Amino acid sequence: MSLKIVVLAKQVPDTRNVGKDAMTPEGTVNRQALPAIFNPEDLNALEMALEIKDRVPDTEITILTMGPSRAAEIIRDSMFRGADNGVVLSDRKLGGSDTLATSYAISQAVKKTGKFDIVFGGRQAIDGDTAQVGPQTAEKLEIPQITYAEELVNVDENIITIKRRLERGVEVVKAQFPVLITVHSSAKPCRFYNAKRVMKYKHAFSKSEAEANNLDTNIWNQFPYLKIEEWNAADVEAEDNRIGLTGSPTKVKKIDNVVLTQKENMTIEPTDENLDNLVKNLIDTHIIG
Amino acid sequence: MNNVFVYCEITEENHIADVSLELISKARKLADELKVKVEAIVAGYNVENLENSLYPYGVDIINYAEDKRLFPYQTLPHFSIVTKLIKEKQPQIALFGATSVGRDLAPRVASFLRCGLTADCTSLEIGEYEDKKEGKIIDNLLYQIRPAFGGNIIATIVNPNTRPQMATVREGVMKKEIYNNNHKGEVVKLNVNDYVKDSDFCIEILERHIEQQKINIKGAQIIVCGGYGMASKPDGFKLLHDLAETLGGEVGATRAAVDAGLTEHERQVGQTGVTVRPKLYIGCGVSGAVQHRAGMQESSKIISINTDVNAPLNSIADYTITGDAFEIIPKLIQYYKKNSK
Repeated sequence: MSLKIVVLAKQVPDTRNVGKDAMTPEGTVNRQALPAIFNPEDLNALEMALEIKDRVPDTEITILTMGPSRAAEIIRDSMFRGADNGVVLSDRKLGGSDTLATSYAISQAVKKTGKFDIVFGGRQAIDGDTAQVGPQTAEKLEIPQITYAEELVNVDENIITIKRRLERGVEVVKAQFPVLITVHSSAKPCRFYNAKRVMKYKHAFSKSEAEANNLDTNIWNQFPYLKIEEWNAADVEAEDNRIGLTGSPTKVKKIDNVVLTQKENMTIEPTDENLDNLVKNLIDTHIIG
Repeated sequence: MNNVFVYCEITEENHIADVSLELISKARKLADELKVKVEAIVAGYNVENLENSLYPYGVDIINYAEDKRLFPYQTLPHFSIVTKLIKEKQPQIALFGATSVGRDLAPRVASFLRCGLTADCTSLEIGEYEDKKEGKIIDNLLYQIRPAFGGNIIATIVNPNTRPQMATVREGVMKKEIYNNNHKGEVVKLNVNDYVKDSDFCIEILERHIEQQKINIKGAQIIVCGGYGMASKPDGFKLLHDLAETLGGEVGATRAAVDAGLTEHERQVGQTGVTVRPKLYIGCGVSGAVQHRAGMQESSKIISINTDVNAPLNSIADYTITGDAFEIIPKLIQYYKKNSK
């Protein structure tokens, strides 16, 4: 008995740690200054997949990411933690894709990985927070979805039981394979690197990385596990009119820079007298008390 | 007719959820501008007060799918009902709450219909759009407005070519407003078996534990809100709770503070949290990113306490206190106790 799992992951700018350099003097975002990280909830998703692998031997975990070729970094990262192999879906034609076009491209790539039992992904990515790509990918694959998974309750060769985190509580659900599961940040954090796996996979690379760094791809013949697959839109048979800007029904009509409208504002030096007066004023005007 | 649709959520108490009534209030205004009707989609069983709770907010037609199996919510049966109904009735706009139900359902529906969907809108308006490629102007489109890219910009999104135009909105963002207490509409009962198949119930719900909401900052009249600045010394949020308790308010937080583990997610104010409109908002160490401001800028009075004179929150504050919240909060508590007697 064995299971085949695909984990969807995304490399994202770290919007949670916006430092001083992250803004240009003009007040716009300096994207270069934001470090690229493994989307946090995708790591929770990877951990849940690894837990299944702990319980069901011979389970194979494939990481799938869509993005620029440097996204191979998060595939190596996943291999260090326990994933077996990975695919970068990368193509200029995919640039500008909204969630609908993205989920279409991803679903095509999932199909190309072959027969699968479970597709995992984080609930949402921190650069958009839409939480749309998971359910949309499930629809494109025509399989059921379980969103906001918090805990793997049970798994066997046919059935998985998952505890879901809802706004005001939890729900335990049981599903047969194939199924797509999105994982909530309240689930277990991902295990850290395994030293042996780091030694084994640290020289894994993709075709783009081979070209950029002049690496010898013949090593793949001897050590196939060192190959990070790289697919383009044609490789996954994605139709051009369903990806990129063309395939995205949402259009940006306009972008406004945030302009703060100055209110009539009173600046108060925090002396005892001033604070006392402020509180009195708020009580007198029935705002507090 | 190309009406405006609102997917209605059902609460544990078997009522129409507040977020849906808020959306209906917005949908009513959009529909009046477009001169069309507002239709509700309700899928559940024995929903209490169905007509009396929906009509006053402006619903003209209630599409009601009633079946024991439709409560509690499950993705596939609700998905089948909503997609089939949308295909039959061709609404121009379909709105969903950005809740655990709406965020599960709406993307799947949008994917199936190949429609655009904008998450967590903070404003919805009707306007025109010039398609430069085709060289034509499209009237009466839904502007789906939301902050983006770390909150430094406000993006207006449109779906010029696909229908319905779909959007999700968080609870509390739109105002729940009675349209007309005498407004009446009609109920259209759906024959559920025409809409769902047995295989839609392939996921079995084994257990549910739904708690009463413990923290509810939405209704609080006074909110003491902590930002990441409150992490600079220990017990920052304890101090906020002391102030909130003294004033009879609740504690809110920015996303940075919640992500840093300083407090519960239920307290998060802003675009991806709760929208609040208290009488008094006191920001302590809150810089005031636009996503945060989107969730609190309609507060009647705003006080910003910050060591940074240039914190963006200061520019929308009525009072700015430049200084260390750790020193100022105890004094506010002290003076309140002294003066309120």
